[in-house]
Amino acid sequence: MSNQLNSAVNGSGQIPALERMFRFQWEPAQQAYVLLYPEGMVKLNQSAGEILSLVDGERSVVDICAALMERFPDAGDLSGDVLEFMEVAREQRWIHYR
Amino acid sequence: MSNAGSTTANHLAREARPHGQPLWLLAELTYKCPLQCPYCSNPLDFAGAGAELSTEEWIDVFRQARAMGAAQLGFSGGEPLVRRDLETLIAEARQLGFYTNLITSGIGLTGQRIAAFREAGLDHIQVSFQAADEEVNNLLAGSKKAFEQKLKIAREVKAQGYPMVLNFVTHKHNIDRIDRIIELCVELEADYVELATCQYYGWAYENREDLLPTRAQLERAERITNEYREKLQAEGNPVKLIFVTPDYYEERPKKCMNGWGEIFLTVTPDGTALPCHSARMLPLEFPNVKDSSIEQIWNESTGFNYFRGDHWMKEPCRSCSEKEQDHGGCRCQAYMMTGDMHAADPVCGKSPDHGLILEARQAAEAEYTESNITFRNERNSREFAKGARGQVEDPRVFARSGSPTD
Repeated sequence: MSNQLNSAVNGSGQIPALERMFRFQWEPAQQAYVLLYPEGMVKLNQSAGEILSLVDGERSVVDICAALMERFPDAGDLSGDVLEFMEVAREQRWIHYR
Repeated sequence: MSNAGSTTANHLAREARPHGQPLWLLAELTYKCPLQCPYCSNPLDFAGAGAELSTEEWIDVFRQARAMGAAQLGFSGGEPLVRRDLETLIAEARQLGFYTNLITSGIGLTGQRIAAFREAGLDHIQVSFQAADEEVNNLLAGSKKAFEQKLKIAREVKAQGYPMVLNFVTHKHNIDRIDRIIELCVELEADYVELATCQYYGWAYENREDLLPTRAQLERAERITNEYREKLQAEGNPVKLIFVTPDYYEERPKKCMNGWGEIFLTVTPDGTALPCHSARMLPLEFPNVKDSSIEQIWNESTGFNYFRGDHWMKEPCRSCSEKEQDHGGCRCQAYMMTGDMHAADPVCGKSPDHGLILEARQAAEAEYTESNITFRNERNSREFAKGARGQVEDPRVFARSGSPTD
């Protein structure tokens, strides 16, 4: 799977890291992951939250896909969703590639 | 007698549509401040407020609010730096999981203290400027060294790795220099820039004639801001420019605080809890954290329940098709301008009192001759607290002809 990803999609071997502006955390009262930033908050849906929970500045996109598929074995191939989300997250400047 | 039997129609309405969680906690730690900004959002009679909450009382407020879902915590004032226990409060709040924001004028701040806050876990610092021009800044701030100090502090905040928001309150005396303001913010490497037109409450309402820009000034400033947005984006500069218009030039009111008692909780220096930092002016009884838990305050107090839902509305709001969008506008504005806190916000073109807004716009067009500005300070506030109106004229300010920013 990872070879396929590497060859098929530009950027999948790159390592995403959270922008320093943002803090990612689980909010028990909202039962959701959130991104906190100066005077603001983004409430993440479940899949976005699960993906970002694996963004640690060490795992590559490929590693993140693999970890998610291990965690959710019934979900099928998640790599398309992950890459799509990474693109959104980069546009929003939640993450950058190291 | 049973409480269960006293359920009213209002209660039923509320149960049908439960209110939100207090996600945002604004902790006004003190009313003390070395500056005298004439548009301060603190109440006019702040000098008459009770004793400040202790360190332990604040920490208890943080703990309770966090348990109810609060995620953002703003340390504000007055000038929060005046509190000697700020480091302790930051550390406790950060430990509890809050995203901690320090909202400061920067006056009295040092590199050493910025580092101590970092150590305590502070997430972000917002520095407010009065103008991009030293002279106007210092006059408005009522301090001779304010501008230089702010520049120094803004650079230090960035150097120590914080995200930084620069806040410029704009008004007729500085809005024509919006280009310089933006350029200064870019030079200081701000992450966000709030170009916030004065909101006319508290001291700003008192000084409205001295502050409200004309429509032409406002439109020009917005156009220039948009031009800078495009230019900065083309250059790949990630700075975000946030332009806040004064609602005096709108035809529909704002949905104040995103709904009364929906996400926002302010605790004032003496522990009074408010759904918005200016609500204290309303003829309502607001609870105090010394007497009630945050949960009781948020869910059960009269003050927080009063404007939830739409049972309180009068015409033209009650039958208005847009009432869900703006909720009748701002209760404080309605009260200040019409004397009735249930009335439609006069900003609304449908309000029978909309003429008051039109008059204010017209007054802004009048040629500016002399200043009658009331500075926000202890002395003036004591006058307000006593019920006397303390108009203190200061001939130094804006005495030059034409625009003082020229």
